[in-house]
Amino acid sequence: MADAPPLLEVRGLTAGYGAGPVLFGVDLEVRGGELLALIGANGAGKSTLLGVLSGLLPPTAGSVRFGGRDLTGARPERVVRAGMAHVPQGRRLFATMTVRQNLVLGAYLRRDREVRSDLDRVTGYFPALADKLERVAGTLSGGEQQMVAIGRGLMGRPQLLLIDEPSLGLAPKVVETVVEVCRSINRDGVAVLLVEQDVVLALEAADRGYVLENGRIALSGTARELQDDPAVRKAYLGV
Amino acid sequence: MAPFLELEGVTKRFGGVAALDAVSFKVPGGEILGLIGPNGAGKTTLLNCISGVHHLDAGSISFDGRRISGLPPHQVARLGIGRTFQVVKPFASMTVRENAAVGALFGSSEARLAPRAAFTWADEVLELVGLAPKARMTVGSLTIPDRKRLEVARALATKPRLLLLDEVMAGLNPVEVDEALEIVRKVHAGGITIVLIEHVMRVVVGVCDRVIVLHMGRFLAEGTPHEVLQDRRVIEAYLGEKYAQRAARGGEAGRG
Repeated sequence: MADAPPLLEVRGLTAGYGAGPVLFGVDLEVRGGELLALIGANGAGKSTLLGVLSGLLPPTAGSVRFGGRDLTGARPERVVRAGMAHVPQGRRLFATMTVRQNLVLGAYLRRDREVRSDLDRVTGYFPALADKLERVAGTLSGGEQQMVAIGRGLMGRPQLLLIDEPSLGLAPKVVETVVEVCRSINRDGVAVLLVEQDVVLALEAADRGYVLENGRIALSGTARELQDDPAVRKAYLGV
Repeated sequence: MAPFLELEGVTKRFGGVAALDAVSFKVPGGEILGLIGPNGAGKTTLLNCISGVHHLDAGSISFDGRRISGLPPHQVARLGIGRTFQVVKPFASMTVRENAAVGALFGSSEARLAPRAAFTWADEVLELVGLAPKARMTVGSLTIPDRKRLEVARALATKPRLLLLDEVMAGLNPVEVDEALEIVRKVHAGGITIVLIEHVMRVVVGVCDRVIVLHMGRFLAEGTPHEVLQDRRVIEAYLGEKYAQRAARGGEAGRG
């Protein structure tokens, strides 16, 4: 289906926080069902890009099309309704609420009656959460909190999940679990845009990747091409 | 010679749960010791016990021949133990330089410094961590690696002889980790003993002389980084099989 339009199409996106742009004319595509890695140094603009996509920060130029609709500058609730969910860096759970309440909040915009079965779907991906639904989220381990954050994103039934640095502060074994689940979510048909500093792991998991440098896309290609690229190896893998 | 830092049967309970259960180890002066283990193993609790944030339920901690368990955090700091926090909380409206000076003004192991001396010392530690060019910026504009550097600078400003680092490399990519390791080496070369918590094995392999593994509040294993990363118990509890396989394939033991 090479001719199918991309699920997400970003063109010439420019955005910033007042003191000048952080992103300069970014072009990026996510195809339906693919797992895309976005890599780059701290400060390159990766989280800013996710913020613009999910409507938290309006762009100053460029366009965002998603699922055939123009979402440029759309408010977050419209973005979520359109099928894009953001799993922010640092989990950002409601720490004093239960795991169940946090998850159900991810379905806030939905009015259907299938929220309950979607809770089962989340605990299917993360069995460790099944007997912790009534626990207060802030008392969970970092790995479990990350699982809740991803689960909350899934509760909006997204076609595209934006996941920002899921490995942050997690033990290696837990990182493997979290990335493994990102892959199974993806295999089940949800496209994933993964921002991850563990570049080795990100490129192992991804189909394709983009490299963001100083607010510009410096390189893109299949994960394999990026893994073998001398500049990527030197600048991001440290080998 | 007495060990520089000695923990003897350190136990800390929260409610009914033993976050630390009779943990004992010694750190000789001049060592870089890595502390690893699953999330929830008790690593940060251990740093909190050493730095006086938590009171022990049993056991004792001594530093440079003197018992420090039971002392409040500011006294522990003034005896020469500096630390960073996992969640950095700089004074947001102040400049980088002012933030570093706070450590020198209030936590210094030397007699309380006059403001001028504190700023001079702040400039030195900012130079050491590579933040000197950004000294006049407010901290709000710093990137994550720079915020971590500032956290290290604030701890260094207290003129510690023992520095406790709690995940200062989380969120850095492999190349940024290598830059941060250079800072750790420079700090260590200045005569400071270091205990660091990390989940990034590139750090552990890169600078640690010795590694201690905690699991569920207890001592699980100890050895050189190489020994510990091949230990079956550590692979099962912490690293995972995939990590072990990848490391065995070679070249990626320092996965960032």
